[in-house]
Amino acid sequence: MTACPDKADLLHGLLDNELDAAHARELEAHIAACPACAEVWAEMRALRAALADPGLRPKAPAALRARILADIGAVDPPRTVPPMAGRGSSRLRRWGGAGVGLAVAASLLLMVAPFGEDGKLEGELVAGHVRSLQAQHLLDVPTSDHHTVKPWFAGKLDYSPPALELAAAGFPLQGGRLDYMAGRPVAALVYRHGAHVLNLYVWPGDGPRQPDFQDRDGYILMHWRTGGMTYWAVSDVGEEEMHAFATALTQAVSAQNPSKP
Amino acid sequence: MRGDETADRTRRFQDQVLIHLDAAYGLARYMTRDAVAAEDIVQDAFLRAHRAFDGFRGGDARAWLLTIVRNNVRSWAAARRDRAEQALESLPGQGADVPDADAPTPEDWLAAQEDAADLRALIEGLPPAFRETLLLREMEEMSYRDIAAVTGAPVGTVMSRLARARDLLAAAWRRREFGEKR
Repeated sequence: MTACPDKADLLHGLLDNELDAAHARELEAHIAACPACAEVWAEMRALRAALADPGLRPKAPAALRARILADIGAVDPPRTVPPMAGRGSSRLRRWGGAGVGLAVAASLLLMVAPFGEDGKLEGELVAGHVRSLQAQHLLDVPTSDHHTVKPWFAGKLDYSPPALELAAAGFPLQGGRLDYMAGRPVAALVYRHGAHVLNLYVWPGDGPRQPDFQDRDGYILMHWRTGGMTYWAVSDVGEEEMHAFATALTQAVSAQNPSKP
Repeated sequence: MRGDETADRTRRFQDQVLIHLDAAYGLARYMTRDAVAAEDIVQDAFLRAHRAFDGFRGGDARAWLLTIVRNNVRSWAAARRDRAEQALESLPGQGADVPDADAPTPEDWLAAQEDAADLRALIEGLPPAFRETLLLREMEEMSYRDIAAVTGAPVGTVMSRLARARDLLAAAWRRREFGEKR
């Protein structure tokens, strides 16, 4: 059965409440009198009823909601995010070498407990790292040659980030990309360590001279400064390896700019 | 008082935009037919929405968010075009007024839906332009005008796509209810 040709579109309009009252009444009268249109109408309503089944409406997974909340800095993920498969949120914290120790534990408590602007930046950093792993947006300039990476940033940033090859320390440079953190475009340098990826964000700024570590959403954040730049590294490699990375990078930066400790 | 402003902005974002998370996920899920891709697309859409939130001057936050989700779906589909997924790339662009001429006839479409186990599978099997229009109408109960705004299609195109989508689903439904006769 098919509806009267001049009524077919109107039937959809009636079903969707898109007809004005006069046309709706007129069409209802027609349906009452026309078996063909009445059959189509009944079928449309049956389909509508079938489509109303709540089972057809997928609910967003709780982990997705948690990740979005973390992205927008709405909650403190380490405390409120349920453990996510593969993300290792519940992984036991591993402490770095003797040089890190309890002082870091104390500063960690200080940094995690009050959740303000700092927490927001850290949420952005982790979100940036996770995004870089997910979206095939890891590298804007894929290369292991720092002579290619460094010039690529020129003109895109108002500072010149160091793009240093650290393969000798076990962290080969993969490339770089532009990211947006703390309200400004920043350089993100991508290193590999075995199967792990390490994102290093660099911009002019301050920070502790000795690397600070934080666990966030299963990733480790490491923050320090050298040569007038603030550095944030995000990865899921262990803290000892990250500390070795920071040491190697700091040495490489000092070797480049002996004047600026 | 930057902290207060940030907290207030975050709260407003949650109240106005994040409440549409299920709508965003449902659209992405049906359009990608891929749970993992849908999550990535939705997460990225909220990040974009959050960054652009200062520029959002009231209005329909759901339509605004779903437009972002839809654009992400299109980018995702374009990125995997080489994998020859079923014509997802034919999702028309903003402002496009394509006549949907490539859409299958009900007979061809029905033949291709032999394996669809349920209504959900049938929806997922609809051509993308029809599918998104149907979803916005049936799942989100959006008006023709709002659907037109989200999909960038004229209202007339929205109406014809909706009618075609329903015709296809109804035909599949009939076959299911009454066997192959008809």
